[in-house]
Amino acid sequence: MNFDKELDARGLNCPLPILRAKKALTELTPGQTLRILATDPGSVKDFQAFAKQTGNELLSSAEKNKEFEFFIKRK
Amino acid sequence: MGATPEIAVIDDLIRQRLDEILPQKLQEIQEAKTPSMAIIATKGTLDWAYPPFILASTAAAMGWDVTIFFTFYGLNLVKKDVSDLKISPLGNPGMPMKMPFGPDWFKSINWNIPNLIQAGIPGFETVATKLMQQTIANNGVAKIEELRELSQEAGVKFVVCQMTVELFGFNHEDFVDGMDFVGAASFLPVAQTADVTLFI
Repeated sequence: MNFDKELDARGLNCPLPILRAKKALTELTPGQTLRILATDPGSVKDFQAFAKQTGNELLSSAEKNKEFEFFIKRK
Repeated sequence: MGATPEIAVIDDLIRQRLDEILPQKLQEIQEAKTPSMAIIATKGTLDWAYPPFILASTAAAMGWDVTIFFTFYGLNLVKKDVSDLKISPLGNPGMPMKMPFGPDWFKSINWNIPNLIQAGIPGFETVATKLMQQTIANNGVAKIEELRELSQEAGVKFVVCQMTVELFGFNHEDFVDGMDFVGAASFLPVAQTADVTLFI
């Protein structure tokens, strides 16, 4: 999937992946996509909730080798 | 209530119509509203410093209006220097005491040290605090300074209880910038209209 910015939140724990993602999203223009890599297992549900609450769309959420990859489109 | 038959019919119609449109209207109002949270932070140890700042920074990242009222030992969380925040395993049976270094089998041991011994060893809390700081770093958990900074950047409002500042002999200069020094009467109206109110 195409993306405009990437955030490496691997090794970070709650709530840092969300806080860093929020910061990264503000640096994008509406419609642009952020790719996030994380290792915090809680981040799967957290990014769903974050997207629902903020209106930024969670385009995809995937796991491979205990790493999580999210794509979020800025509102 | 002495309503005429005509009014009773109108009332019925109004009730029926309200039942139809009210749920959606309420949902619209709810969705248009900026959620808000008011936290009272009363604890001054390294472990209890986390909940207020984690919740406040996350809520602010989701667009909420957040206010934290720091009072009593919670004042320690907004002093300029928070590197002296300590943790105490003494009289705290809920706290696992595990080592943040060594092979896995060693790290998995929960050291069950009796209170009497903990209390008798000088510097026990200092050592426990160092070990906790290492555990925090090992787990990719943010430092309090960072969460506090992120909270302030995201617009979390910090208010401080003036009475306890005086009670504990602190000065306004001891605290980070951007604080309001207030009393209970200023905080309560904020809490009254908040969607979430937490006492920590």
